[in-house]
Amino acid sequence: MNRPDQYEQVTPDTFLRGLWEENPVFVMLLGMCPALAVTNSAINAVSMGLATTFVLVMSSSLISIFRSFIPKQVRIVAYIVIIATFVTIVDYLIQAISLNLYNSLGAFIQLIVANCVILGRAESYASRQKLGTTVVNSFGSGLGFTMALLSMGAVREILGAGALFGVNIMPAGFEPWVVMVLPPGGFFVLGCWLILFAWNKKRKEQALLNNAVKGGAA
Amino acid sequence: MDDSLFTIFMNAAVVSNFVLAMFLGICPFLGVSNKVDTSINMGMATTFVMVVSSAAAFAINAILGALGIEFLRLICYIAVIASSVQLVEMVVKKFSPALFQALGIFLPLITTNCAILGLTLFQTSREYNFIQSIVFALGAGAGFTLALLLMAGIREKLELAKTPDIAQGAGMTLMIGGVLSLAFMGFAGLA
Repeated sequence: MNRPDQYEQVTPDTFLRGLWEENPVFVMLLGMCPALAVTNSAINAVSMGLATTFVLVMSSSLISIFRSFIPKQVRIVAYIVIIATFVTIVDYLIQAISLNLYNSLGAFIQLIVANCVILGRAESYASRQKLGTTVVNSFGSGLGFTMALLSMGAVREILGAGALFGVNIMPAGFEPWVVMVLPPGGFFVLGCWLILFAWNKKRKEQALLNNAVKGGAA
Repeated sequence: MDDSLFTIFMNAAVVSNFVLAMFLGICPFLGVSNKVDTSINMGMATTFVMVVSSAAAFAINAILGALGIEFLRLICYIAVIASSVQLVEMVVKKFSPALFQALGIFLPLITTNCAILGLTLFQTSREYNFIQSIVFALGAGAGFTLALLLMAGIREKLELAKTPDIAQGAGMTLMIGGVLSLAFMGFAGLA
């Protein structure tokens, strides 16, 4: 992948890979800190996901444009400075748009800098591919991240507060599982999702194996 | 809030433990918590970087404040952290090549450990003075090491236990993390 002649063509896979096959949270286990910390409600999860997507797309594009100018030895520092610049922009933007949201996300907006999803994309993709493919690919990754955050935030909000996006959806007699919106809930919900994914993968492999055995017998 | 040094230390170490209550530094928590001695060393390296970065961040914040360019804070902090990680990496490589091997990729990744950046941001927003900042960094480091150590101890035992196939790896680790986090909630109100 290191040779500049191996540019990837834009295909649906460029986009979809980040969404499912290489989902940053569920498959690559990157960016776990925000995935656990800000998913106590669906709205926080979505805003965090979108903020990260913005930083991811913008910084990957810039890195892709400058990929031949950045010396190899100082590339990580250069990437981090580029990422930190966009995070500062997002930080001030969210402060201007909604102070409530800013307060509930807390330090985690500024901590987008240390999100390994972004640095991972920069190092493994943006520094080697053309601008067009990079934008598509990092947008896919960002949406995959948002989706993962939303799927955690939704479960935690429904179980922990009986609501989704602040709208009550549970029957009147429902007793909220408070633990779900507290820190332990984050660990439990992500753990359950990972086990569910592992189970699904194993089931598919088993089915494939069974088919192969059947095919061999016939 | 009571700002005695002891309170700051206990608060950072156990009450709002960086890993288990604030979700900072989850990557190394999941990544290098499979052996007890590696986890102790990782904890110490991280604590060292925390103290150095905390002192540096304090100085930088004073300079940026005097010049009125606080919006550059984030960029300066991350640059300082990256350089102190580089320092630790060189020291470890020189004095203990075995440890350098054991920590592997997780040593340079301390840079993107959000516990450290989080620490410097919190000390700025809470307006700690120099001594308080250092104590806060020591407390956070102790809390991080404690969480890593507890997890490594449990995982070493778990190697021998029978767990369902699908729950092996990250899924199981996260569930244990949840239980540990639940236990740490018991410290609430201590300090």
